[in-house]
Amino acid sequence: MAEFFATPIGVLVLLVLEALAILVPLLIGVAYATYAERKILAAIQLRKGPNVVGWFGLLQAFADAGKMLMKETIIPTGANRVLFLLAPMITFTLAMIAWAVIPVNDGWAVAKINVGVLYLFAISSLGVYGIIIAGWASNSKYAFLGALRSAAQMVSYEVSIGFVIVSVLLCVGSLNLNDIVLAQRHIWFCIPLLPMFVVFFISALAETNRSPFDLPEGESEIVAGFFVEYSAMAFALFFLGEYANMFLMSAMTSILFLGGWLAPFGIAPFTWLPGPIWFILKIMLCMFVFIWVRGTFPRYRYDQLMRLGWKVFLPLSLFWLVLTAGFLMATGWLPQGAA
Amino acid sequence: MITMIAFYVFAAILVASATLVVSARNPVHSVLFLILAFFNAAGLFLLNGAEFLAMILVIVYVGAVAVLFLFVVMMLDVNFVELREGVQRYAPIGATVGLVLFVELLMVIGGWRFAPAMSTLRASPTQANVQNTAALGDVLYTHNVLLFQLAGLVLLVAMIGAIVLTLRDRSVSRRQVIARQVARSAALSLEMVPMALNAGTPATSFRRPLPAPVAHEAPVAHHGEEH
Repeated sequence: MAEFFATPIGVLVLLVLEALAILVPLLIGVAYATYAERKILAAIQLRKGPNVVGWFGLLQAFADAGKMLMKETIIPTGANRVLFLLAPMITFTLAMIAWAVIPVNDGWAVAKINVGVLYLFAISSLGVYGIIIAGWASNSKYAFLGALRSAAQMVSYEVSIGFVIVSVLLCVGSLNLNDIVLAQRHIWFCIPLLPMFVVFFISALAETNRSPFDLPEGESEIVAGFFVEYSAMAFALFFLGEYANMFLMSAMTSILFLGGWLAPFGIAPFTWLPGPIWFILKIMLCMFVFIWVRGTFPRYRYDQLMRLGWKVFLPLSLFWLVLTAGFLMATGWLPQGAA
Repeated sequence: MITMIAFYVFAAILVASATLVVSARNPVHSVLFLILAFFNAAGLFLLNGAEFLAMILVIVYVGAVAVLFLFVVMMLDVNFVELREGVQRYAPIGATVGLVLFVELLMVIGGWRFAPAMSTLRASPTQANVQNTAALGDVLYTHNVLLFQLAGLVLLVAMIGAIVLTLRDRSVSRRQVIARQVARSAALSLEMVPMALNAGTPATSFRRPLPAPVAHEAPVAHHGEEH
């Protein structure tokens, strides 16, 4: 078996298997995230949520998938056909390819690249293209308004995400995601960098267009925003992409601030669980907070959203970056890095 | 072998999409082809082992600059017929400018002399065991930090200049000042009035209809301000 995986075809087969090993659990997770969201929102609003299909409604996600597959894909007259169909594919693909660099355990990543965190940042900043192309290609004013809102919003919040990532990198001395997690062996970064953790999480909400920053969708003003013209599988791809992006942002939060696969405190009862389980638990915790926030806060007004991004988060993250750098320099704890 | 195939794929798509940027009829398609060209350039950087530059190219150009570009182009109302007429009329001038530039470039490159030791340096710009992120950081932040800071200052001046040129503080627009809203207390905005039967509302000490545009001086005067 080992010899086969050393041959060129074997390497290819191994790559495909590795990709499947991360994508299949992800897609199942996405399916159940939709179910979890409906159940948790229902609990917050004192309802029952889906409870008809399967035990406790557990098969609801598959019933929805079946419904989406059966429906007709409608392409509006006057839409740009190629771009209209390309947009959901871009959204979905971008949400999937980012997972190539996520380390699930020490060294367990499909691609162990040196600039892993930059790759993640690049991919998450590309997410806006699916939305903006969808809005333009639909040839509809609501979709276009949603796309414009989304473009401005995602570009604004990326700036503070960038500064947060840089202040984490200062504490690590490496761009490799594996090193970032290993640097948190003694203390998770969410404790010394608590304000950055909060800024990152709120920016992650804005970056994934989740409530209270879901203005690109804004049902009450612009119907459904950028995907108002989409139906059937094209709509489903947007839907899956949105949830996969939420998982990605949760994974980034746990790698950058919650110690990735590391057990809390690193002592006996916690270390009995293997690393990947801890990583999944942390992702699930972040996902729960995503949904909890949706059930709790009303939507931001657009100028308030911009104010928060540019006038609050940007100065705060810039200040904290300088503070972190100065502190590390003064105490001589600045990591020397790979050089 | 795989590297060579990858190089030709990236290079071919890069050249093809760069051509399409110029020749596409729809300006939105042009910007999208430009983005494709950026991607393939990032791929070529990766093949050369410059992974930091590749990622920065994607983050800065594709993730930020091209988004704003697309944003603007989508909102422009371009008349294609008029645009094509213009191309025919201005083609000779454009060709002349292009030709002059081409000749100038030829003269510059033709007269360029490399120092003899240059070719030995080109083979390995960084030491083999140093990651190129660390090597770039060393050059920018350790050896040339003054130049780097000055470049940053030039950009800052340009940014402030752009804001100064476009900022107009119109006195008609009513801005939300969150600090002022938060600073309001119940005593400043509420008044208990004894109401006599059939006597109507007595005048209060608060000005009821919104004060006229000159409202910026008086902090308390904003009664009906948007919340």
